[in-house]
Amino acid sequence: MSGLTANTELLRKILVGFVRDEVHKVGVAKGVLGLSGGIDSALVAFLAAEALGPDNVHAICMPYKSSNPQSEEHARLVAQACGVHFSVVSITAMVDSYFEMFPDANNMRRGNKMARERMTILFDHSALYGALVLGTSNKTELLLGYGTLFGDMASALNPIGDLYKSHVWQLSEAMGVPREVIEKKPSADLWEGQTDEEELGFSYLKVDELLHSMVDLRLTRKELLAAGFTAEFIDTIYLKMQNSHFKRRLPVIAKVSNRTIDTDFRYSRDWGK
Amino acid sequence: MNFTATLAQIKPKLGCVADNMALIEQHIEEAITAKSDLIIFPELALTGYFLKDLVPEVALRLDSPDIMRLKELSRHISIVIGFVEESESYGFYNSSIYLENSAITHLHRKVYLPTYGLFDEQRYLARGERFRAFDTSLGRMGMLICEDMWHLSASYILAMDGATTLICLSSSPGRGVEEDTLGTAKSWQQLTATTAMFLNCRVLYCNRVGYEDGVNFWGGSEYVTPAGKSAVRGKLLEEDTVTAVLDQGALRRERIFSPLLRDENLFVTMRELDRIELERSR
Repeated sequence: MSGLTANTELLRKILVGFVRDEVHKVGVAKGVLGLSGGIDSALVAFLAAEALGPDNVHAICMPYKSSNPQSEEHARLVAQACGVHFSVVSITAMVDSYFEMFPDANNMRRGNKMARERMTILFDHSALYGALVLGTSNKTELLLGYGTLFGDMASALNPIGDLYKSHVWQLSEAMGVPREVIEKKPSADLWEGQTDEEELGFSYLKVDELLHSMVDLRLTRKELLAAGFTAEFIDTIYLKMQNSHFKRRLPVIAKVSNRTIDTDFRYSRDWGK
Repeated sequence: MNFTATLAQIKPKLGCVADNMALIEQHIEEAITAKSDLIIFPELALTGYFLKDLVPEVALRLDSPDIMRLKELSRHISIVIGFVEESESYGFYNSSIYLENSAITHLHRKVYLPTYGLFDEQRYLARGERFRAFDTSLGRMGMLICEDMWHLSASYILAMDGATTLICLSSSPGRGVEEDTLGTAKSWQQLTATTAMFLNCRVLYCNRVGYEDGVNFWGGSEYVTPAGKSAVRGKLLEEDTVTAVLDQGALRRERIFSPLLRDENLFVTMRELDRIELERSR
Protein backbone atom coordinates (compact mmCIF):
# COMPACT_ATOMS: atom_id res chain seq x y z
CA MET A 1 0.00 0.00 0.00
CA SER A 2 1.48 3.31 -1.11
CA GLY A 3 0.60 5.17 2.10
CA LEU A 4 2.92 2.87 4.00
CA THR A 5 5.86 3.63 1.76
CA ALA A 6 7.67 6.63 3.13
CA ASN A 7 10.07 9.07 1.53
CA THR A 8 12.88 8.10 3.89
CA GLU A 9 15.11 11.03 3.00
CA LEU A 10 12.39 13.49 3.97
CA LEU A 11 11.40 11.50 7.05
CA ARG A 12 15.02 11.47 8.22
CA LYS A 13 15.33 15.22 7.77
CA ILE A 14 12.13 15.91 9.74
CA LEU A 15 12.95 13.52 12.58
CA VAL A 16 16.59 14.51 12.96
CA GLY A 17 15.48 18.15 12.99
CA PHE A 18 12.82 17.30 15.56
CA VAL A 19 15.28 15.68 17.98
CA ARG A 20 17.80 18.49 17.59
CA ASP A 21 15.26 21.28 17.95
CA GLU A 22 13.20 19.83 20.80
CA VAL A 23 16.28 18.84 22.84
CA HIS A 24 18.23 22.05 22.29
CA LYS A 25 15.28 24.37 22.93
CA VAL A 26 15.02 23.23 26.56
CA GLY A 27 18.68 24.12 27.02
CA VAL A 28 19.97 20.55 26.93
CA ALA A 29 22.53 19.03 24.56
CA LYS A 30 22.19 15.33 25.31
CA GLY A 31 19.83 12.40 24.98
CA VAL A 32 19.61 9.06 26.77
CA LEU A 33 17.73 5.99 25.61
CA GLY A 34 17.25 2.33 26.35
CA LEU A 35 18.81 0.14 23.68
CA SER A 36 17.13 -3.26 23.65
CA GLY A 37 18.82 -4.81 20.65
CA GLY A 38 15.59 -4.40 18.67
CA ILE A 39 14.94 -2.23 15.66
CA ASP A 40 12.88 0.60 17.23
CA SER A 41 15.48 1.69 19.76
CA ALA A 42 18.22 1.11 17.17
CA LEU A 43 16.53 3.58 14.84
CA VAL A 44 16.14 6.16 17.62
CA ALA A 45 19.84 5.77 18.49
CA PHE A 46 20.76 6.47 14.86
CA LEU A 47 18.45 9.49 14.68
CA ALA A 48 19.77 10.87 17.97
CA ALA A 49 23.40 10.35 16.95
CA GLU A 50 22.80 12.33 13.77
CA ALA A 51 20.80 15.05 15.54
CA LEU A 52 22.92 15.61 18.66
CA GLY A 53 26.27 14.11 17.69
CA PRO A 54 27.14 10.55 18.86
CA ASP A 55 29.11 11.89 21.81
CA ASN A 56 25.95 13.46 23.22
CA VAL A 57 23.92 10.27 23.18
CA HIS A 58 23.95 7.64 25.94
CA ALA A 59 22.46 4.25 25.12
CA ILE A 60 21.81 1.89 28.00
CA CYS A 61 21.14 -1.80 27.61
CA MET A 62 19.15 -3.16 30.58
CA PRO A 63 18.93 -6.94 30.42
CA TYR A 64 17.18 -9.28 32.84
CA LYS A 65 18.67 -12.70 33.52
CA SER A 66 16.21 -14.39 31.15
CA SER A 67 16.89 -11.92 28.30
CA ASN A 68 18.33 -13.46 25.17
CA PRO A 69 22.12 -12.81 25.25
CA GLN A 70 21.86 -11.99 21.55
CA SER A 71 19.85 -8.88 22.45
CA GLU A 72 22.78 -7.36 24.33
CA GLU A 73 25.14 -8.27 21.49
CA HIS A 74 22.86 -6.54 19.00
CA ALA A 75 22.51 -3.48 21.23
CA ARG A 76 26.30 -3.24 21.42
CA LEU A 77 26.53 -3.63 17.66
CA VAL A 78 24.04 -0.78 17.12
CA ALA A 79 25.89 1.51 19.55
CA GLN A 80 29.16 0.81 17.74
CA ALA A 81 27.58 1.37 14.34
CA CYS A 82 26.26 4.83 15.21
CA GLY A 83 29.04 5.72 17.66
CA VAL A 84 26.97 6.53 20.76
CA HIS A 85 28.06 5.83 24.36
CA PHE A 86 27.05 2.39 25.53
CA SER A 87 26.60 0.89 28.97
CA VAL A 88 24.88 -2.11 30.49
CA VAL A 89 22.78 -1.97 33.67
CA SER A 90 21.25 -5.28 34.70
CA ILE A 91 17.77 -5.18 36.22
CA THR A 92 17.88 -8.73 37.60
CA ALA A 93 18.70 -7.84 41.23
CA MET A 94 15.88 -5.32 41.69
CA VAL A 95 13.25 -7.28 39.80
CA ASP A 96 14.04 -10.56 41.60
CA SER A 97 14.19 -8.87 44.96
CA TYR A 98 10.67 -7.48 44.39
CA PHE A 99 9.13 -10.72 43.16
CA GLU A 100 10.56 -12.64 46.10
CA MET A 101 7.65 -10.98 47.90
CA PHE A 102 5.20 -12.01 45.13
CA PRO A 103 6.43 -15.36 43.84
CA ASP A 104 3.12 -16.16 42.12
CA ALA A 105 3.18 -13.11 39.84
CA ASN A 106 2.34 -13.92 36.23
CA ASN A 107 4.30 -13.01 33.08
CA MET A 108 2.36 -9.81 32.52
CA ARG A 109 3.14 -8.43 35.98
CA ARG A 110 6.77 -9.42 35.62
CA GLY A 111 7.05 -7.92 32.15
CA ASN A 112 5.46 -4.63 33.28
CA LYS A 113 7.72 -4.46 36.32
CA MET A 114 10.79 -4.92 34.12
CA ALA A 115 9.65 -2.18 31.75
CA ARG A 116 9.08 0.21 34.69
CA GLU A 117 12.41 -0.72 36.26
CA ARG A 118 14.11 0.26 33.00
CA MET A 119 12.15 3.53 32.98
CA THR A 120 13.47 4.51 36.44
CA ILE A 121 17.02 3.77 35.31
CA LEU A 122 16.63 5.93 32.20
CA PHE A 123 15.19 8.86 34.14
CA ASP A 124 17.93 8.52 36.75
CA HIS A 125 20.53 8.67 33.97
CA SER A 126 18.67 11.62 32.54
CA ALA A 127 19.58 13.47 35.77
CA LEU A 128 23.09 12.01 35.79
CA TYR A 129 23.98 13.15 32.26
CA GLY A 130 21.69 16.18 31.96
CA ALA A 131 20.03 14.39 29.05
CA LEU A 132 16.44 14.01 27.84
CA VAL A 133 14.94 10.52 27.71
CA LEU A 134 14.15 9.59 24.12
CA GLY A 135 11.11 7.39 23.57
CA THR A 136 11.22 4.37 21.28
CA SER A 137 7.55 3.36 20.90
CA ASN A 138 6.27 3.26 17.31
CA LYS A 139 2.75 4.15 16.13
CA THR A 140 1.70 0.53 15.66
CA GLU A 141 2.37 -0.46 19.26
CA LEU A 142 1.08 2.86 20.63
CA LEU A 143 -2.24 2.37 18.82
CA LEU A 144 -2.52 -1.27 19.87
CA GLY A 145 -1.52 -0.49 23.46
CA TYR A 146 1.29 -3.01 23.13
CA GLY A 147 3.50 -1.32 25.71
CA THR A 148 3.72 -0.66 29.44
CA LEU A 149 2.18 2.54 30.77
CA PHE A 150 4.87 4.53 32.65
CA GLY A 151 7.32 1.88 31.45
CA ASP A 152 8.62 1.76 27.88
CA MET A 153 5.91 4.28 26.94
CA ALA A 154 7.49 6.95 29.20
CA SER A 155 9.84 9.50 27.65
CA ALA A 156 10.50 13.22 27.25
CA LEU A 157 10.11 13.08 23.50
CA ASN A 158 9.55 10.39 20.93
CA PRO A 159 10.80 10.76 17.36
CA ILE A 160 9.16 7.58 16.02
CA GLY A 161 5.70 7.68 17.66
CA ASP A 162 4.05 8.63 14.34
CA LEU A 163 5.84 5.90 12.36
CA TYR A 164 4.22 2.53 11.76
CA LYS A 165 6.46 -0.50 12.14
CA SER A 166 6.59 -0.66 8.33
CA HIS A 167 8.07 2.86 8.29
CA VAL A 168 10.54 1.90 11.02
CA TRP A 169 11.85 -0.90 8.82
CA GLN A 170 12.17 1.38 5.79
CA LEU A 171 13.92 4.20 7.63
CA SER A 172 16.25 1.79 9.46
CA GLU A 173 17.35 0.40 6.09
CA ALA A 174 17.96 3.91 4.78
CA MET A 175 19.96 4.96 7.85
CA GLY A 176 22.19 1.91 7.94
CA VAL A 177 20.95 0.13 11.06
CA PRO A 178 22.86 -3.21 11.18
CA ARG A 179 21.26 -5.90 9.05
CA GLU A 180 21.02 -8.45 11.90
CA VAL A 181 18.77 -6.04 13.79
CA ILE A 182 16.55 -5.24 10.81
CA GLU A 183 16.07 -8.86 9.81
CA LYS A 184 15.35 -10.51 13.14
CA LYS A 185 11.81 -11.12 14.35
CA PRO A 186 10.55 -8.31 16.65
CA SER A 187 10.36 -9.47 20.27
CA ALA A 188 9.69 -7.96 23.70
CA ASP A 189 12.25 -10.53 24.91
CA LEU A 190 10.41 -11.26 28.13
CA TRP A 191 10.73 -15.02 27.84
CA GLU A 192 12.61 -17.39 25.60
CA GLY A 193 11.41 -17.61 22.03
CA GLN A 194 8.77 -14.88 22.44
CA THR A 195 7.93 -12.91 19.28
CA ASP A 196 5.59 -9.91 19.01
CA GLU A 197 3.74 -11.26 16.00
CA GLU A 198 3.03 -14.62 17.62
CA GLU A 199 1.85 -12.96 20.80
CA LEU A 200 -0.32 -10.42 18.97
CA GLY A 201 -1.68 -13.03 16.56
CA PHE A 202 -1.04 -11.11 13.34
CA SER A 203 1.88 -9.73 11.37
CA TYR A 204 3.00 -6.11 11.63
CA LEU A 205 2.68 -5.61 7.88
CA LYS A 206 -0.93 -6.75 7.96
CA VAL A 207 -1.95 -4.72 11.00
CA ASP A 208 -0.13 -1.66 9.66
CA GLU A 209 -2.25 -1.82 6.52
CA LEU A 210 -5.41 -2.00 8.57
CA LEU A 211 -4.40 0.73 11.02
CA HIS A 212 -3.31 3.01 8.20
CA SER A 213 -6.63 2.52 6.40
CA MET A 214 -8.69 2.88 9.56
CA VAL A 215 -6.84 5.66 11.41
CA ASP A 216 -5.07 7.72 8.77
CA LEU A 217 -7.42 7.31 5.81
CA ARG A 218 -10.55 7.01 8.00
CA LEU A 219 -12.13 4.24 5.92
CA THR A 220 -15.50 3.08 7.24
CA ARG A 221 -16.07 -0.50 8.41
CA LYS A 222 -17.90 -1.20 5.15
CA GLU A 223 -15.00 0.14 3.10
CA LEU A 224 -12.51 -1.89 5.13
CA LEU A 225 -14.51 -5.06 4.47
CA ALA A 226 -14.61 -4.24 0.78
CA ALA A 227 -10.83 -3.73 0.88
CA GLY A 228 -10.49 -7.34 2.02
CA PHE A 229 -10.02 -7.10 5.80
CA THR A 230 -12.05 -9.67 7.73
CA ALA A 231 -14.73 -8.52 10.16
CA GLU A 232 -13.00 -10.33 13.01
CA PHE A 233 -9.66 -8.65 12.35
CA ILE A 234 -11.25 -5.20 12.08
CA ASP A 235 -13.18 -5.63 15.33
CA THR A 236 -10.20 -7.03 17.23
CA ILE A 237 -7.96 -4.14 16.25
CA TYR A 238 -10.64 -1.52 16.83
CA LEU A 239 -11.23 -2.85 20.35
CA LYS A 240 -7.51 -3.00 21.11
CA MET A 241 -7.24 0.63 20.11
CA GLN A 242 -10.26 1.66 22.15
CA ASN A 243 -9.34 -0.32 25.26
CA SER A 244 -5.78 0.98 25.32
CA HIS A 245 -6.70 4.62 24.81
CA PHE A 246 -6.14 5.40 28.51
CA LYS A 247 -2.47 4.66 27.99
CA ARG A 248 -2.21 7.47 25.46
CA ARG A 249 -3.73 10.14 27.72
CA LEU A 250 -2.78 11.92 30.93
CA PRO A 251 -4.55 10.64 34.07
CA VAL A 252 -8.10 12.00 34.27
CA ILE A 253 -8.51 14.93 36.66
CA ALA A 254 -11.80 15.56 38.48
CA LYS A 255 -12.93 19.03 37.46
CA VAL A 256 -14.02 21.47 40.16
CA SER A 257 -12.55 24.84 39.09
CA ASN A 258 -12.90 27.08 36.04
CA ARG A 259 -9.47 26.20 34.75
CA THR A 260 -8.58 22.55 35.01
CA ILE A 261 -5.26 21.29 33.72
CA ASP A 262 -5.63 20.00 30.16
CA THR A 263 -9.37 20.69 29.99
CA ASP A 264 -9.44 24.48 29.97
CA PHE A 265 -5.90 25.28 31.06
CA ARG A 266 -4.28 24.73 27.70
CA TYR A 267 -0.73 25.51 26.77
CA SER A 268 1.66 23.86 24.37
CA ARG A 269 4.41 21.84 25.96
CA ASP A 270 6.89 24.13 24.16
CA TRP A 271 5.46 27.16 26.00
CA GLY A 272 8.24 29.78 26.16
CA LYS A 273 10.67 27.67 24.11
CA MET B 1 7.92 49.95 -10.30
CA ASN B 2 10.50 47.24 -9.86
CA PHE B 3 11.30 46.31 -6.30
CA THR B 4 13.16 43.82 -4.15
CA ALA B 5 11.36 41.80 -1.50
CA THR B 6 12.94 39.81 1.32
CA LEU B 7 11.10 36.80 2.73
CA ALA B 8 12.35 36.20 6.27
CA GLN B 9 11.90 32.47 6.86
CA ILE B 10 12.41 32.58 10.61
CA LYS B 11 11.88 30.28 13.59
CA PRO B 12 9.99 32.23 16.29
CA LYS B 13 9.99 31.14 19.95
CA LEU B 14 6.58 30.19 21.29
CA GLY B 15 5.12 32.97 23.42
CA CYS B 16 8.37 35.00 23.63
CA VAL B 17 7.53 38.37 22.08
CA ALA B 18 10.74 40.11 23.24
CA ASP B 19 13.03 37.40 21.84
CA ASN B 20 11.11 37.34 18.58
CA MET B 21 11.18 41.12 18.34
CA ALA B 22 14.99 41.03 18.65
CA LEU B 23 15.21 38.40 15.91
CA ILE B 24 12.87 40.41 13.68
CA GLU B 25 14.79 43.66 14.18
CA GLN B 26 17.98 41.88 13.24
CA HIS B 27 16.42 40.64 9.99
CA ILE B 28 15.07 44.12 9.25
CA GLU B 29 18.50 45.68 9.78
CA GLU B 30 20.06 43.13 7.42
CA ALA B 31 17.41 43.74 4.76
CA ILE B 32 17.95 47.50 5.04
CA THR B 33 21.69 46.98 4.56
CA ALA B 34 20.95 44.77 1.54
CA LYS B 35 18.83 47.64 0.14
CA SER B 36 15.66 45.60 0.01
CA ASP B 37 12.42 47.57 -0.45
CA LEU B 38 10.11 45.25 1.46
CA ILE B 39 10.57 42.59 4.11
CA ILE B 40 7.89 40.01 4.85
CA PHE B 41 7.67 37.89 8.01
CA PRO B 42 5.48 34.82 8.56
CA GLU B 43 2.08 34.54 10.25
CA LEU B 44 2.36 35.11 14.04
CA ALA B 45 6.08 35.87 13.65
CA LEU B 46 6.07 37.88 16.89
CA THR B 47 4.51 35.12 18.98
CA GLY B 48 4.80 31.59 17.53
CA TYR B 49 1.83 29.52 16.42
CA PHE B 50 0.33 27.02 18.90
CA LEU B 51 -0.44 29.70 21.48
CA LYS B 52 -3.70 28.31 22.89
CA ASP B 53 -4.35 30.04 26.25
CA LEU B 54 -1.29 32.29 25.72
CA VAL B 55 -3.22 34.38 23.17
CA PRO B 56 -4.24 37.20 25.56
CA GLU B 57 -0.77 37.24 27.14
CA VAL B 58 1.11 37.86 23.89
CA ALA B 59 -1.46 40.10 22.18
CA LEU B 60 -0.39 43.61 21.14
CA ARG B 61 -2.42 46.78 20.67
CA LEU B 62 -1.66 48.76 17.54
CA ASP B 63 -0.21 51.53 19.76
CA SER B 64 2.04 49.17 21.75
CA PRO B 65 5.80 49.92 21.97
CA ASP B 66 6.71 46.95 19.74
CA ILE B 67 4.42 48.09 16.94
CA MET B 68 5.67 51.68 17.39
CA ARG B 69 9.22 50.40 17.00
CA LEU B 70 8.28 48.58 13.78
CA LYS B 71 6.62 51.78 12.53
CA GLU B 72 9.87 53.62 13.16
CA LEU B 73 11.87 51.01 11.26
CA SER B 74 9.48 51.29 8.32
CA ARG B 75 11.02 54.67 7.53
CA HIS B 76 13.83 52.66 5.93
CA ILE B 77 12.00 49.64 4.52
CA SER B 78 8.40 48.49 4.10
CA ILE B 79 7.48 45.73 6.56
CA VAL B 80 4.81 43.03 6.62
CA ILE B 81 4.45 41.08 9.84
CA GLY B 82 2.06 38.74 11.63
CA PHE B 83 1.11 38.98 15.33
CA VAL B 84 -1.80 38.66 17.75
CA GLU B 85 -3.73 41.91 17.77
CA GLU B 86 -5.86 43.02 20.70
CA SER B 87 -8.64 45.36 19.61
CA GLU B 88 -10.28 48.19 21.53
CA SER B 89 -13.13 45.86 22.41
CA TYR B 90 -10.78 43.08 23.59
CA GLY B 91 -11.10 40.97 20.48
CA PHE B 92 -7.97 38.92 19.76
CA TYR B 93 -7.13 38.56 16.08
CA ASN B 94 -4.56 36.68 14.05
CA SER B 95 -3.48 39.83 12.22
CA SER B 96 -0.91 41.18 9.82
CA ILE B 97 0.10 44.77 9.17
CA TYR B 98 1.74 46.50 6.24
CA LEU B 99 4.02 49.30 7.43
CA GLU B 100 5.75 51.98 5.39
CA ASN B 101 6.97 55.53 5.99
CA SER B 102 6.42 55.26 9.78
CA ALA B 103 2.75 54.33 9.44
CA ILE B 104 0.45 51.34 9.23
CA THR B 105 -0.78 51.31 5.65
CA HIS B 106 -3.08 48.34 6.11
CA LEU B 107 -4.31 45.91 8.75
CA HIS B 108 -5.63 42.48 7.81
CA ARG B 109 -7.36 40.20 10.29
CA LYS B 110 -7.36 36.52 9.31
CA VAL B 111 -10.84 35.63 8.11
CA TYR B 112 -10.58 31.85 7.82
CA LEU B 113 -9.46 30.43 11.17
CA PRO B 114 -8.96 26.70 10.68
CA THR B 115 -10.47 24.49 13.35
CA TYR B 116 -9.99 20.96 12.06
CA GLY B 117 -7.27 18.31 12.21
CA LEU B 118 -4.38 19.79 14.20
CA PHE B 119 -5.83 23.32 14.04
CA ASP B 120 -7.85 25.00 16.77
CA GLU B 121 -7.68 28.71 15.94
CA GLN B 122 -11.29 29.71 16.30
CA ARG B 123 -11.34 28.49 19.88
CA TYR B 124 -8.86 31.20 20.82
CA LEU B 125 -9.17 33.93 18.19
CA ALA B 126 -11.78 36.25 16.71
CA ARG B 127 -12.53 36.19 13.00
CA GLY B 128 -11.70 39.02 10.61
CA GLU B 129 -14.43 40.18 8.29
CA ARG B 130 -12.88 41.77 5.24
CA PHE B 131 -10.50 41.37 2.32
CA ARG B 132 -9.35 44.73 0.98
CA ALA B 133 -6.63 45.64 -1.48
CA PHE B 134 -4.54 48.70 -0.58
CA ASP B 135 -2.13 51.10 -2.23
CA THR B 136 1.52 51.22 -1.26
CA SER B 137 4.60 52.90 -2.65
CA LEU B 138 5.34 49.54 -4.33
CA GLY B 139 1.98 49.14 -6.00
CA ARG B 140 -1.47 47.88 -5.04
CA MET B 141 -1.36 44.84 -2.77
CA GLY B 142 -3.51 42.37 -0.86
CA MET B 143 -2.68 40.41 2.29
CA LEU B 144 -3.77 36.90 3.16
CA ILE B 145 -2.94 34.88 6.25
CA CYS B 146 -2.33 31.19 5.60
CA GLU B 147 -5.75 29.45 5.53
CA ASP B 148 -7.27 32.57 3.90
CA MET B 149 -5.53 31.58 0.69
CA TRP B 150 -7.22 28.18 0.58
CA HIS B 151 -10.50 30.00 -0.05
CA LEU B 152 -10.55 30.96 -3.71
CA SER B 153 -12.89 33.86 -3.03
CA ALA B 154 -10.27 35.60 -0.86
CA SER B 155 -7.61 35.92 -3.57
CA TYR B 156 -10.32 36.59 -6.14
CA ILE B 157 -11.70 39.54 -4.17
CA LEU B 158 -8.24 41.03 -3.69
CA ALA B 159 -7.46 40.71 -7.39
CA MET B 160 -10.81 42.22 -8.37
CA ASP B 161 -10.05 45.03 -5.92
CA GLY B 162 -6.96 45.78 -7.98
CA ALA B 163 -4.16 44.04 -6.10
CA THR B 164 -1.29 43.06 -8.37
CA THR B 165 0.79 41.52 -5.58
CA LEU B 166 -0.69 39.03 -3.13
CA ILE B 167 1.26 38.61 0.10
CA CYS B 168 0.59 35.44 2.06
CA LEU B 169 1.96 35.05 5.61
CA SER B 170 1.99 31.47 6.74
CA SER B 171 2.69 29.08 9.63
CA SER B 172 2.06 25.90 7.74
CA PRO B 173 2.62 22.58 9.54
CA GLY B 174 4.24 19.90 7.38
CA ARG B 175 2.44 16.57 6.88
CA GLY B 176 2.63 13.76 4.38
CA VAL B 177 5.94 11.97 3.77
CA GLU B 178 4.81 9.47 1.13
CA GLU B 179 5.79 11.26 -2.02
CA ASP B 180 8.81 12.88 -3.65
CA THR B 181 8.30 16.02 -1.59
CA LEU B 182 6.43 16.93 1.57
CA GLY B 183 2.67 16.64 0.97
CA THR B 184 1.89 20.06 2.42
CA ALA B 185 4.65 21.74 0.40
CA LYS B 186 3.31 20.18 -2.77
CA SER B 187 -0.26 21.36 -2.21
CA TRP B 188 0.83 24.87 -1.26
CA GLN B 189 3.03 25.13 -4.33
CA GLN B 190 0.09 24.09 -6.49
CA LEU B 191 -2.10 26.67 -4.75
CA THR B 192 0.27 29.63 -5.04
CA ALA B 193 1.12 28.83 -8.67
CA THR B 194 -2.53 28.37 -9.68
CA THR B 195 -3.66 31.50 -7.86
CA ALA B 196 -0.94 33.58 -9.51
CA MET B 197 -1.77 32.19 -12.93
CA PHE B 198 -5.57 32.55 -12.74
CA LEU B 199 -5.44 36.07 -11.38
CA ASN B 200 -2.31 37.29 -13.22
CA CYS B 201 -0.93 38.35 -9.84
CA ARG B 202 2.40 37.93 -8.17
CA VAL B 203 2.40 35.86 -5.01
CA LEU B 204 4.87 36.43 -2.20
CA TYR B 205 4.56 33.49 0.19
CA CYS B 206 6.42 33.58 3.51
CA ASN B 207 6.28 30.48 5.70
CA ARG B 208 8.08 29.86 9.02
CA VAL B 209 10.26 26.95 10.11
CA GLY B 210 10.99 25.22 13.44
CA TYR B 211 9.04 22.79 15.60
CA GLU B 212 6.30 23.30 18.19
CA ASP B 213 5.24 20.27 20.23
CA GLY B 214 6.52 17.91 17.55
CA VAL B 215 4.84 19.73 14.67
CA ASN B 216 7.25 20.93 11.99
CA PHE B 217 6.82 24.10 9.96
CA TRP B 218 8.27 23.50 6.53
CA GLY B 219 9.44 26.86 5.17
CA GLY B 220 9.72 26.89 1.38
CA SER B 221 8.92 30.62 1.18
CA GLU B 222 8.70 31.72 -2.41
CA TYR B 223 8.02 34.31 -5.05
CA VAL B 224 5.66 33.11 -7.75
CA THR B 225 5.51 35.18 -10.92
CA PRO B 226 2.20 36.25 -12.48
CA ALA B 227 2.72 33.39 -14.96
CA GLY B 228 2.54 30.94 -12.06
CA LYS B 229 6.21 30.09 -12.09
CA SER B 230 8.27 29.81 -8.92
CA ALA B 231 11.06 32.34 -9.42
CA VAL B 232 12.86 31.75 -6.13
CA ARG B 233 12.15 29.37 -3.26
CA GLY B 234 13.55 29.05 0.28
CA LYS B 235 14.93 25.91 1.88
CA LEU B 236 12.72 23.16 3.18
CA LEU B 237 12.57 22.99 7.01
CA GLU B 238 15.55 25.32 7.57
CA GLU B 239 15.88 28.99 8.37
CA ASP B 240 16.49 31.05 5.25
CA THR B 241 16.36 34.53 3.78
CA VAL B 242 14.85 34.64 0.31
CA THR B 243 15.41 37.63 -1.96
CA ALA B 244 12.97 38.20 -4.81
CA VAL B 245 13.23 40.81 -7.52
CA LEU B 246 9.81 41.84 -8.81
CA ASP B 247 9.86 43.27 -12.29
CA GLN B 248 7.02 45.52 -13.36
CA GLY B 249 7.63 44.78 -17.05
CA ALA B 250 7.02 41.08 -16.46
CA LEU B 251 3.68 41.82 -14.80
CA ARG B 252 2.62 44.08 -17.65
CA ARG B 253 3.66 41.54 -20.29
CA GLU B 254 1.82 38.75 -18.49
CA ARG B 255 -1.36 40.79 -18.33
CA ILE B 256 -1.10 41.50 -22.05
CA PHE B 257 -0.33 37.88 -22.89
CA SER B 258 -3.02 36.38 -20.68
CA PRO B 259 -5.78 38.94 -19.99
CA LEU B 260 -7.90 36.62 -17.84
CA LEU B 261 -8.45 39.22 -15.18
CA ARG B 262 -9.48 41.89 -17.69
CA ASP B 263 -12.11 39.53 -19.10
CA GLU B 264 -13.42 38.45 -15.71
CA ASN B 265 -17.09 39.42 -15.63
CA LEU B 266 -17.81 40.92 -12.22
CA PHE B 267 -21.44 41.58 -13.19
CA VAL B 268 -22.16 37.90 -13.99
CA THR B 269 -20.33 36.75 -10.87
CA MET B 270 -22.20 39.15 -8.59
CA ARG B 271 -25.57 38.36 -10.10
CA GLU B 272 -25.06 34.62 -9.71
CA LEU B 273 -23.71 34.95 -6.16
CA ASP B 274 -26.69 37.11 -5.22
CA ARG B 275 -29.01 34.48 -6.67
CA ILE B 276 -27.24 31.70 -4.73
CA GLU B 277 -27.42 33.70 -1.51
CA LEU B 278 -31.10 34.34 -2.01
CA GLU B 279 -31.87 30.70 -2.78
CA ARG B 280 -29.88 29.49 0.23
CA SER B 281 -31.79 31.77 2.59
CA ARG B 282 -35.15 30.40 1.50
